[in-house]
Amino acid sequence: MTTLLKVEKITKKFGDFYANDQISFEVKKSEVLAILGENGAGKTTLMNILFGHYTPDAGNVNFEGNAIEFGNTNNAIKLGIGMVHQHFTLAENLTVLENIIIGRQSIFSMSLPKRHARVKILELSKKFGLPIDPDELVANLSVSEKQRIEILKTLFLDCKLLILDEPTAALTPQETDALFSTIRSMIETGLSVILISHKLNEILAVSDRIIVLRNGSSVGEIDAHSADRKKIAEMIVGKKIDYPQKKKIPRKSKVLSLVDVSYNKTDAPNLSKVNLDLYGGQILGIAGVAGNGQTTLAKILSGHFKPTQGKIVFNEAKSVLTSPKSFMDLGVAYIPEDRNSDGIVGDMEIWENAIMTEMDDPYLRNSLGIINKKTSFDRSENLCETYDVRMQSIKQRSRLLSGGNVQKLLLGRWLMRKPKIIIACQPTRGLDEGAIASIQNLLLKAQQNGSAIILISEDLDELLTMSDDISVMYKGMLSDPTETSSTDKLSIGLRMAGDGFL
Amino acid sequence: MIEFIEIIFTAGFWAATIRIACPLILATIGEVLCERAGVLNLGIEGIMSIGAMVGWMTVFLGADLYTGILAALIIGGLFGLLHSIFTVYLGASQHVTGIGITMLASSLGFFCFKLILPASTTPPKIKPFQPIDIPFLSELPFLGPAFFQHTSFTYLAILVVIFAFWLMNSTPLGLSIKMAGENPMALEAQGIDVFLVRTIAVVVGSALMAVGGAYLTLSAFDAFYFGMINGRGWIAIALVIFASWKPERALLGALLFAGLDAYQVRAQQLAGAIVPYQFFLMLPFLLSIVAMVIAAKRTRYPKALLIPFRRGERH
Repeated sequence: MTTLLKVEKITKKFGDFYANDQISFEVKKSEVLAILGENGAGKTTLMNILFGHYTPDAGNVNFEGNAIEFGNTNNAIKLGIGMVHQHFTLAENLTVLENIIIGRQSIFSMSLPKRHARVKILELSKKFGLPIDPDELVANLSVSEKQRIEILKTLFLDCKLLILDEPTAALTPQETDALFSTIRSMIETGLSVILISHKLNEILAVSDRIIVLRNGSSVGEIDAHSADRKKIAEMIVGKKIDYPQKKKIPRKSKVLSLVDVSYNKTDAPNLSKVNLDLYGGQILGIAGVAGNGQTTLAKILSGHFKPTQGKIVFNEAKSVLTSPKSFMDLGVAYIPEDRNSDGIVGDMEIWENAIMTEMDDPYLRNSLGIINKKTSFDRSENLCETYDVRMQSIKQRSRLLSGGNVQKLLLGRWLMRKPKIIIACQPTRGLDEGAIASIQNLLLKAQQNGSAIILISEDLDELLTMSDDISVMYKGMLSDPTETSSTDKLSIGLRMAGDGFL
Repeated sequence: MIEFIEIIFTAGFWAATIRIACPLILATIGEVLCERAGVLNLGIEGIMSIGAMVGWMTVFLGADLYTGILAALIIGGLFGLLHSIFTVYLGASQHVTGIGITMLASSLGFFCFKLILPASTTPPKIKPFQPIDIPFLSELPFLGPAFFQHTSFTYLAILVVIFAFWLMNSTPLGLSIKMAGENPMALEAQGIDVFLVRTIAVVVGSALMAVGGAYLTLSAFDAFYFGMINGRGWIAIALVIFASWKPERALLGALLFAGLDAYQVRAQQLAGAIVPYQFFLMLPFLLSIVAMVIAAKRTRYPKALLIPFRRGERH
């Protein structure tokens, strides 16, 4: 196979920090190369160098024998390198077609060649299995559809090498499968793909070779077909991972039940007659394809939504509940699906986020009722230490934390309250292997201490390792729980597709 | 009571509506361009004012009327450039810069007016644009005097709406402007200079605002005096929201407001003895607020409006 891209000893420094240190690798024609590494390992910096966003301090890159002109995105595009960023670069107020063709003519050109572009887009869409409607507004599309547009955008430019940065971060398992079959059909037509990810399982399924980055250096190159999963995971993290070990604990008394709870409004997926019982020390997993009502259920259980029918019973006593605050006071902890927008305030400092929900605590206030900085700092330092939130200073903006550390901060804030019930929505989505293990261990420890946990997840492996019982949500209906020991991936998968629901 | 309804069946009412709407149309389209690119331009009131002065003064000093429009266009573009240097390139607060430009432009305009004509107590006059009768159409009953006996400046304003509609929907520049105001990162990722696109939008938009001001001194009236813009710029800011940032709806909004204004003048004459005239003066604003509240409910703001773009920075 011929070599398409050759990267030689790339080094990039930010101040004294080596983001990339002498990294070399090759990409061959018709090959999927995966670059794995934790957040901050230098993957994105490396790709930004290839794509012409950054200029490296040393090293060079050849593409089909031509040296890449660094710091020039247009040059990279012209050579045939396309990149799909993790954060999509689409304008929601424009149509799919408009988003794809923008930038192809000078802004002073008098016309938009929409007709010609539409033909080409539909052709590409068919060829690579990327169904889209060119005239739909981007605002109306789902995450996976937006990703399809991003891929089509690069294909539209006739790229030869496609770089995908964390492409599966926000996709459901089904969407991930569809993406991978697209990648395979690209390879068949002679394209090459670089996948950047920290999701090991998926990467193994689709790539040919794997390069592992850690702290800016390449720590190994592995043939993906004969790779050992756990070994790679430890290569990525650089130490042994403490994988969660589930221990069965005796079930305590009932802490929560839902009786015929329905939700019929237009602002979120609906629920129809959901019944559920939850006991202390139990982890109840809820499986389901995104958009089947899991989020609505979580919001009802945390007091953000009010059910239109049915009742919520806490501790065998029917409670009249009005606000998220009253749910908190009853000992409910809620880990929202989107931790960055609903969990923390990114522009506020870590210590502010750490005490945000705790302002009732007189310990954090002085006699005038004003925030007591000293005790608040102590509390925050304590939280970060106990729950291993890695940061430079508690006065750092929370936005700068990695996903895993944000989640640890969030979970830690709740665990400090010793919650009776934890509603965890996709608690490990988008996190790297090490962080996933930490979060899962924290949840298991909370269970040991008697908390009841509702674990909503799309990751079936996670549900099977963590839960005592698993229910499936489908179109707003919730199945009766099945004991985890007596079920498997296949039967859950079938129920997620609607099998067994009326 | 029937007289109040009859008002809207007079050709004079419709002719006045269009006359009052023209400066609003031009200014609103100008503001739409700026805001669509992500830049709020509160300099509008001042830019209209200096456009009115410069356009009028050019003609007063001997140039023809079209040169007057061109002069207004240029001065508006220059103030737009000033606004974009601060807000686009330096990333300064768009509110503060805009209000600063309004104060600077309106005072500077009047200062220059006084420098050139120090002694005049009654404002001197020019011969403004004259109505032209469009052949055949102007002879139609009712429709003729209502719509086809206007000045060429008026028809120019309508052409600007068509131009803006074409620009926004059928050109790469229009597409880039819309993207610059929604997700400038995306625009940059496509290899287009966000700063350039925003600057073009603000310069062209500001030029249109100044021409809107010049309509007052070159077509609607024949003189310039201090404070003659009288809040029309601020009305345009509100009309942009009513228009959901779309040129064609800006036309509609401007006509609606102008219609209410033309109506209240006529209603005042009918009922002036019974109802205080201030009530009628208030009507267009009151009804505009109601219309705005209804229209703005479903509207989508350009997401990057007010947010300065900095290269290579996420979020």
